[in-house]
Amino acid sequence: MTPRIRRFGLPLLTASLLALATACGGGADGGGTAAESSAQPGEKIKLTIGLFGDFGFKPLYEEYKKTRPNIEIVENVTQFNDHHSNLVKRLATNAGAGDIEAVEVGYISTFTAQPGKFTDLKQYGLDKRQADYLDWKWQQGLSKDGSQVLGLGTDVGGLAMCYRKDLFKKAGLPDEREEVSALWPTWEDYIATGKKFAAADVAGAKFVDSPGEIFRAMVNQAPAGLYDAQDNIIVASNPDVKKAWDLSNQLTQEGLTAKLAAFSPPWNTGFAKGSFATIICPAWMTGFIQEQAKDSAGKWDIATVPGGSGNSGGSHLMVPKQSKHPKEAAELIDFLTSKENQAKVFKEEGTFPSIPALYDDPSIQNFTKPFFGDAPIGKIYSDAAKALKPQHLGPKEGDVRVAIGNGLGRVEQGKQTPDEAWAQVLEDVKKIK
Amino acid sequence: MRHTLDVRVSPYAYVAPFFLLFCAFGLFPLVYTAWVSLHEWTLLSETQEFVGLGNYTTLLADSYFWNATFNTLSIGVLSTVPQLALAIWLAHLLNRRLRFQTLFRVALLLPNVTSVVAVVVIFSQLFGRDFGIINWMLSWFGAGHIDWAAGTASSHVALSVMIMWRWTGYNALIFLAAMQAVPRELYEAATLDGASNLTQLRRITIPMIRPTIIFVVIVSTIGAMQVIAEPMLFGQSSGGGGGIATGGPDRQFQTLALFVYEQGFANSTFDFGYASAASWLMFVAVVLVAGINFLITRRVKGGLV
Repeated sequence: MTPRIRRFGLPLLTASLLALATACGGGADGGGTAAESSAQPGEKIKLTIGLFGDFGFKPLYEEYKKTRPNIEIVENVTQFNDHHSNLVKRLATNAGAGDIEAVEVGYISTFTAQPGKFTDLKQYGLDKRQADYLDWKWQQGLSKDGSQVLGLGTDVGGLAMCYRKDLFKKAGLPDEREEVSALWPTWEDYIATGKKFAAADVAGAKFVDSPGEIFRAMVNQAPAGLYDAQDNIIVASNPDVKKAWDLSNQLTQEGLTAKLAAFSPPWNTGFAKGSFATIICPAWMTGFIQEQAKDSAGKWDIATVPGGSGNSGGSHLMVPKQSKHPKEAAELIDFLTSKENQAKVFKEEGTFPSIPALYDDPSIQNFTKPFFGDAPIGKIYSDAAKALKPQHLGPKEGDVRVAIGNGLGRVEQGKQTPDEAWAQVLEDVKKIK
Repeated sequence: MRHTLDVRVSPYAYVAPFFLLFCAFGLFPLVYTAWVSLHEWTLLSETQEFVGLGNYTTLLADSYFWNATFNTLSIGVLSTVPQLALAIWLAHLLNRRLRFQTLFRVALLLPNVTSVVAVVVIFSQLFGRDFGIINWMLSWFGAGHIDWAAGTASSHVALSVMIMWRWTGYNALIFLAAMQAVPRELYEAATLDGASNLTQLRRITIPMIRPTIIFVVIVSTIGAMQVIAEPMLFGQSSGGGGGIATGGPDRQFQTLALFVYEQGFANSTFDFGYASAASWLMFVAVVLVAGINFLITRRVKGGLV
């Protein structure tokens, strides 16, 4: 699901518990008939599921318990970074991991590179789900040699650009979404629009929150990103990365950014105060904006993203080998990622399904959100997801991104010129083993 | 025979639990860390290759390590020196007959029992660039927007304020306890001789509580050398960006302990060997700095001159 939602939150583990107890026979819906049960019939089974934000699963647990009275589901939500580094430690020490663990796309190759630590979901018949999925999303969940199914996808983060209608109007820019989309077919046009916005000098508002997420989006739009297909880091040699770097720093140097690092508390305040007029908007971000800027209903709208389609974020659900109830965990994953349930979660949380059959489904195509001025978010993100070209992600994706993000931050804080910062980024990246 | 055995052996039996625990949770990790530091050792790899002092030589050439050392010392001086001066002054104020004495003493301790997370989150807001109350107050005097987290000096000041907030009262209480053991007659005699309040503090109180001052200086120094929670949380809640443990994008407030955490736990290499080597150098640095401070404090004039 969503990358980094809650990265900003208190770094404390918040656990929410759903005790599920109704009586009924089991096994109505799909999954796991192939392997034998790891539990006696009628025995209470507790499944823990480790997430890094609100995946919008809670209503689904309630529904699940109606058919599986003996299953109890406990959700553990941790901060984005902690979640993934804790999972690495728990796998290494063979203790403490949940029955199901969510893994964000930036980390998926880190974990699929350790197939021995996860249950092959094929054993429980989940390979039959392949036909449902976007091909690249399915591939990301496989072991390196492609022989094992280690994770099933939840959502994808097709890109769009969210903007504040009221601020655009104040700056004398067009504010209807088609017109706004027409302003920026390319990132250069986006920066030019930003300059116009800055020239209008709207009090208290900058054009964009910070260059970090814009950089990530630009890199994600390229055919190859930080890694090549052989898992070599190509930051230094990939012209698309350098171009994204230059454009991001141009935003900073033109004074278009509010200098608010994404997912920090001041960034949250910035939402409420209208400190920035645009923000890169993968599908999951819509739910986030709605939560952060409750008072600004109707002020936000969604336009297309400059520079073509790309993916930012999205997750998989995996079952660590440590789990004592892999069969039940696999069944729950099957349920949580089913076509119907991905559609439900999208309508509630905004995280966009990874099941292409839904993209032409009228209930998705015609789905609008009043918060975003009735923007047809179903159509916008379906189009974005259909146009997506998958990009190969490498095992240390997260570390490389931190190194580059620090570089962008140094330029933003006026500590270095873009060239000095780039030289240091390349040094830092070289050290990543 | 049995009696002497009892007398001889039982004292050791009484202290044994502490030493057993110390060996398990103090000595063993210390030694084991030294062993790990001599290897190319990551959490994920199955084998560990012996590299001798390789990690140490890399570390000594690592500019980020020296940057973290500088930050630690800078934040240490900025937080400890004013903190101890303030603590002595506060203790001196409280060391007289006062109404609501207990209330004041409890109030001193309150910041210390507050969770460090709460303190840093709130102070990060106070030190906020756009909507922080400190910048707002500074603007009355014409001092403009300070981006506290961005600058090296400004971030060190902000962090030092947080550390002082938590520890000044605690140290003041320790000083106060020591001051109460100073015989009243000395002050009475000094007052008769016409010594001012400040002279009494300088000439009677400070020399008389010297052992306590040495103790507090050492303990505060060790604490300051190990600061980690404040810079880590400040980085995450200040909006300045940067990695989870880099202490700002320019590592402008990454302390040694945070550097160790970054190497060992915050990146996906989980480089335990390198982090262990850094821990050991940090241990040496703590011993050195604490030792220097001990020598300096010991020179505070003793006795009554």
